[in-house]
Amino acid sequence: MININILKPTSSNFQTYLYIGSALIFIGIFDVFLRSFFNINYLTFLPGSLNFLFPLIIGLVGLQMIRLEYSGNRIVDKINQNINNNTFNAGLTLIIIFLTLLVIPPALDWMILEATISGDTKEACVATEGACWTYIKVWFRRFMYGMYPNDFHWRINTAFIVLIAFAFVGYFMRGKLKNYITFYYAILYPIIAFIIINFLISGGSFGLEWVETNAWGGLSLTFIVSFFGLIFCFPLGMILALGRRSELPIIKYISIGYIEFWRGVPLITVLFMSSVMFPMFLPSDAFVDKLIRVIAAIILFEAAYVAEVIRGGLQALPRGQYDAAKSLGMGYWKMQIFVILPQALKLVIPGIANTFLALVKDTPLIFVVGLSEVVGMLQMAKTNPKWLGYAMEGYIFASILFWAICYAMSKYSQYLELKYKTER
Amino acid sequence: MNHKIKSIIPQLLTLLFVVAVIGFFTINAQLNMEERGIDFGYGFLNQESSFDVQFSLIEYDGSHSYAKAYLVGLLNTILVSVLGIIFCTIIGVIIGIARLSPNYLIRNTAAWYVEFFRNVPLLLQIFFWYYAALRALPLPENTEPLFGVTYLTVKGYYIPRLIWENFDILIYSILAAIISIVFIRNYARKLQEEKGQQLPVLLISVGLLLVFPAITFVTGMVQLEVALPVLKQLSKTSFIYAEGLSIPPELLALVLALSLYTATFVAECVRAGIQGISKGQKEAAASVGLTPNQILKLVIMPQALRIIIPPTTNQYLNLTKNSSLAAAIAYPDLVLVFAGTALMQTGRAIEIVSITMLTYLTLSLSISVLMNWYNKKIAIKEK
Repeated sequence: MININILKPTSSNFQTYLYIGSALIFIGIFDVFLRSFFNINYLTFLPGSLNFLFPLIIGLVGLQMIRLEYSGNRIVDKINQNINNNTFNAGLTLIIIFLTLLVIPPALDWMILEATISGDTKEACVATEGACWTYIKVWFRRFMYGMYPNDFHWRINTAFIVLIAFAFVGYFMRGKLKNYITFYYAILYPIIAFIIINFLISGGSFGLEWVETNAWGGLSLTFIVSFFGLIFCFPLGMILALGRRSELPIIKYISIGYIEFWRGVPLITVLFMSSVMFPMFLPSDAFVDKLIRVIAAIILFEAAYVAEVIRGGLQALPRGQYDAAKSLGMGYWKMQIFVILPQALKLVIPGIANTFLALVKDTPLIFVVGLSEVVGMLQMAKTNPKWLGYAMEGYIFASILFWAICYAMSKYSQYLELKYKTER
Repeated sequence: MNHKIKSIIPQLLTLLFVVAVIGFFTINAQLNMEERGIDFGYGFLNQESSFDVQFSLIEYDGSHSYAKAYLVGLLNTILVSVLGIIFCTIIGVIIGIARLSPNYLIRNTAAWYVEFFRNVPLLLQIFFWYYAALRALPLPENTEPLFGVTYLTVKGYYIPRLIWENFDILIYSILAAIISIVFIRNYARKLQEEKGQQLPVLLISVGLLLVFPAITFVTGMVQLEVALPVLKQLSKTSFIYAEGLSIPPELLALVLALSLYTATFVAECVRAGIQGISKGQKEAAASVGLTPNQILKLVIMPQALRIIIPPTTNQYLNLTKNSSLAAAIAYPDLVLVFAGTALMQTGRAIEIVSITMLTYLTLSLSISVLMNWYNKKIAIKEK
């Protein structure tokens, strides 16, 4: 039987096709590998674009030759199903493989092989072409703690450790204490946190030296801002969401107005407002610290987003839940606290997590009022005359940092979602 | 009676609280302004601004008023937003579809793209593109042309400028084409409903859009000249490309960062929309005898778009609001020009910040009103 399409294998001659095809694919990949890793091009005799496209063409032919449904070989079947279903997909597969091969050597060179991390001055980096991780090493404390005096960094560390310890108290509440867990997290914990940060990081009493908030910075400031943002914007958002769903017209329209206003303006203008406009609204002798103003602005802003997310959960609950609660004789607050909110919050875990992620990612914006967390410190380090020209390293370092934090948060939210998932 | 009081008291308390807060702020603001000798008012908008803006779509210099400066900033914001929306849609749709690809590698590459770009703060991405990536570009005099006639340099992207003659006639011809397309579409729908015939509407539309402007060219009413960028020496070591159109690196960095970042969210919307269509819809359409193209056009897309469009518009809104980060890299958008420079010069914090916020508020509220109207229009009309 004469097959018109010589590239199409049949089950009888598949073995031969498999060998030839694999060989062709291997040649294509090997060619790109040689070009990128060793800068050797054996195909210079081919004219320009053909030389360039040769691996792609040969690889496509190869993939075409091994494409057969139910070949009997498990690996080949897997390849055909996943990366080789049709010519278009085969082409894309090859392009991705080739691009990866082409990107790896320069990236590897720059990031690891030719990079320097030794030494404490810029001179260590002058000789190499690669990344200058020395820069990150030297500035590491600044990126973490900002301009906070070096001798007092233990205060920030202790404060965070104590805060985390207090956060885990809920796990050990047993028996009767367990009834107060919400009270603890909603009211007591924020107060404790404020006291700890005020006395330990800010100082000024107990023999600890006062450090003004202007000196705070780096990753620790990111944590402080997002931490207070998280714990305060949640209850505020909950109240607003309930307000928007309320049957009382004045409360409803005030909530709608509030939510729509904050959702309609960019955070940067809100921060501008908190820094230049807000002092005008206070009595002239009153002074509110810049950091507190900024955190308040972020809380007011994010609360509107949290409110909308929670409203989504409230709306998703079937009417029967409300009716059932009412028929048991529950009042408005009892119904909300014991029946509606627990279910609604469970539904909106992913949305809440996304809002919190947005909050963390928004913290760099506080640079507009002159506070510098990680990104702000990067800008400062970048313009330092002793360390000009290492912006790339700094940005990559910060990207990885933020990516790790946000990725961990999103994974944790997925875990929570699964944990609290109840079948209906 | 009891019930009535129960519903009035909380409302009254809320109202009282809100009025008290606003009242407290207003009284303080008045006292503060009296103390500093500032009188509240928007008269300053007509004063001479006496500052220059680096990049402006309309003619502007220091002798113009603050109102004009506001307009310059607003136009720049709109420019960035529109460009960002166009690119993020293109990238987002591609990535969204790629995430559903049967190809393992493509699916995962797209997933990694989304995971990476959405988890890094936008500001960091803008800084990366502006201070690290675009700074690595060559100087104008060493630049190899890209696509033959454009030059991507550290001082900006230089592209050919199009010089139109009688540009308004071209616009009119395009408008005429669009109007006739609307008529043809209506006619086609009528034909479909009454006789079951189908017109190749898309083909006709594209044809009309090409033919109408082409006629104006052929008849010589509209003429087009292209000014290529030419290397020009400013001083001994400083070169630029003159004559062409120069896109400043700030704009490039901003559009790149905004579109790459927002594309991840658009991609998720697209993916959710396509996944939201049950397989049964496709099978049912096929069993009625529709062709694959018709299935996509008449069954899948209308339903998928219904899921995709509302969240995507939200993302467009976010992009517009995020474009205010332009201030960080000194791209003269509304925030930088108006809430930055103008505020610094006049010291009128309340007026300027309120105008800026109101502008963004108007933009987003009008888009959401439009969106609600659209949502109502496309909502499934259940019988």
